[in-house]
Amino acid sequence: MSRTPLRPLARILTARAAGENPDVIERETLRARHEQIREKSRSRAEGRLLFMGLAFFMAFTVIGARMGLLAASEPMEPRSASSGAEILAQRADITDRNGRILATNLVTHALYAQPKDMIDPNRVARELVAIFPDLKAEDLVRRFTDGRSFLWIKKKLSPEQMQKVHEIGDPGLLFGPREMRLYPNGRLAAHVLGGASFGAEGVHSAEVIGTAGIEKYFDAQLRDPARSAEPLALSIDMTVQATVTEVLDAGMKMMNAKGATAILMDVRSGEILSLVSLPDFDPNDRPQPLLTGDPGDSPLFNRAVQGVYELGSTFKIFAAAQAMELGLVNPNSMVDANAPMVWGKHRIKEFQGKNYGPLLSVTDVIAKSSNVGTANIALMIGGIRQQAFFKSLGFFDPTPVELIEAKGARPLIPAKWPDIVTITTSYGHGMSASPMHLAAAYATIANGGIAVQPTLLRRNAAPEGTRLLSDHVADSAVAMLRKVVTGGTASYANIKGYAIGGKTGTADKPKPTGGYYKDKVINTFASTFPAHDPRYVLIVTLDEPVDTSSSEPRRTAGYTAVPVAAEVVRRAAPLLGLRPEIEIPLQNGVTAVAQRN
Amino acid sequence: MRALAYLLTFLAVIGLGFWAYSENYETQQALKDVARLNAEIADLREALSIQRAEWAYLNRPDRLRELSTINFDRLGLLPMQPEQFGHASQIAFPVVEEELPLIIDPVDVMGEQEPADQEVTP
Repeated sequence: MSRTPLRPLARILTARAAGENPDVIERETLRARHEQIREKSRSRAEGRLLFMGLAFFMAFTVIGARMGLLAASEPMEPRSASSGAEILAQRADITDRNGRILATNLVTHALYAQPKDMIDPNRVARELVAIFPDLKAEDLVRRFTDGRSFLWIKKKLSPEQMQKVHEIGDPGLLFGPREMRLYPNGRLAAHVLGGASFGAEGVHSAEVIGTAGIEKYFDAQLRDPARSAEPLALSIDMTVQATVTEVLDAGMKMMNAKGATAILMDVRSGEILSLVSLPDFDPNDRPQPLLTGDPGDSPLFNRAVQGVYELGSTFKIFAAAQAMELGLVNPNSMVDANAPMVWGKHRIKEFQGKNYGPLLSVTDVIAKSSNVGTANIALMIGGIRQQAFFKSLGFFDPTPVELIEAKGARPLIPAKWPDIVTITTSYGHGMSASPMHLAAAYATIANGGIAVQPTLLRRNAAPEGTRLLSDHVADSAVAMLRKVVTGGTASYANIKGYAIGGKTGTADKPKPTGGYYKDKVINTFASTFPAHDPRYVLIVTLDEPVDTSSSEPRRTAGYTAVPVAAEVVRRAAPLLGLRPEIEIPLQNGVTAVAQRN
Repeated sequence: MRALAYLLTFLAVIGLGFWAYSENYETQQALKDVARLNAEIADLREALSIQRAEWAYLNRPDRLRELSTINFDRLGLLPMQPEQFGHASQIAFPVVEEELPLIIDPVDVMGEQEPADQEVTP
């Protein structure tokens, strides 16, 4: 490009000759030159803007397309994220206190059908019925041919059944993977575990939800994927549980009882080592709740927690302990036990119309189970203080034990508390509580007077409780319980090896129409062992037992619940690691001398 | 100079392109490996859980009790009871095995061989 000079000589000379100003020409040229420069830079800026615009447009297009893709596509797990134990999304296991499995999961398959793809519905129905006899061929054919496109056939298949269904070879039969809850120990601890069933079901998976017991109480925790690797450790000891179940089952049958329950609890930590309620059920195949009749007769009914009974004379020790705590009596104080006692229009009688009076020491009131003596002690305490004490022992609220059923089992408390209620509740009548309440209250006495919260979870350290009784009062109460065994109503519990202390209780069953049955009783033995240093509390309750080993039927706890409880202690205590006190037989002088050293 | 810079930049772009390409495929391979390993872990965990369930099922107290009853003549197992406990002083002292007496009068049993041609005087 040739550059035009600012003052081209030819034009200047011409202009000079014409008498014009040559500077005009210079400015003119300069202007043209600036115009040229401006044009150039403008087009460059335009190009740049266009380029930038294109770049931004492409960037936003890419981002938008990615967002659209993410929004429209199926969500996917990040594959590169590392995952450990939670790869298999499942419900957490439940174990006993030693890590032995009580509930776990098993992978299985569900069978469903897509009748649209089915080639020969009649043959499929026939062959399915051959594999699953509980299905009906005509039902299946009807459902295969009524135009629906999907139906479930079986929720759980065994591998053998699955193989047989495979061998039918129809494309309309399909399998969906399932995780099912398995209780490998069958009936053991059925009432603690409860059961599980399927919640929302899909083809690829189904949620397993707890339906009762601890499975339901801890449902959220057990289903939490973040915690599925850590099993829920219960306080139950499987060996002890199996032994207690065996003994209690034998005892229930021997005593002709229609139901039985046993609770074995560590008094220091409140851990329940064994909770048995008979009759029981198999949680793998949980029966349907009864639609008619008394729900208390269903095997699903947890007598230990849901069974709210009048627990009878087992309550007497609370009156004695509270009176000692208040300083009203000591174990040797004599109280009025002159039967029958008349209070208003009520007559308080002893068992079989006996009379232990006129005066009886507090220890003997407990040992002989005197209603009148206890009534007089309760009257010394008074209704308000008695109520407060029962409340602090937990008798007025549902137990805090971790079972879904526990919340619903409210103790039955009289609405008003006149003196006659003070009298009757002191010997366990007119007020109902569950055996679990009784276990917690006895554990408080056995634990040196410090309140214990019962739990079904393994605890590593004993929790701090409030002190309800002073140490020496609790000791005296346990000594009284021991006296019941050594010289009172529970003599069958006086076994070799273990010092048991306990209190019997016999209560007539209330009729649903009001009043009490004459020949139906609830027998309870609430005990603690070893009596010199209580470690465990055992409650055994039998429903409608009768001992027919002698000429006349016997229905008091001393003949029914006590021998069963004694056998439970004899069998379970060695498993708990308690050393029996060994009585060494004297053989000859030499060993006698050797053992004296 | 400028041409060299262009050339180097161009080469760098090509090189980075190759690098990104191979990284992409390596990443995809690694993800596939992870997925395969995860599936394997899941399979093994499933097998483990089945075996643990099986173990628990085979060791359920009911079955063990039945087995110990069936095999009572061989095993002789009884429920644990307080009578089976004993006191240390009830155990007899172990029978001390008779030790050999001390050798106080050694007898040389190795006879010294005497020359055969020497006559032994009676």
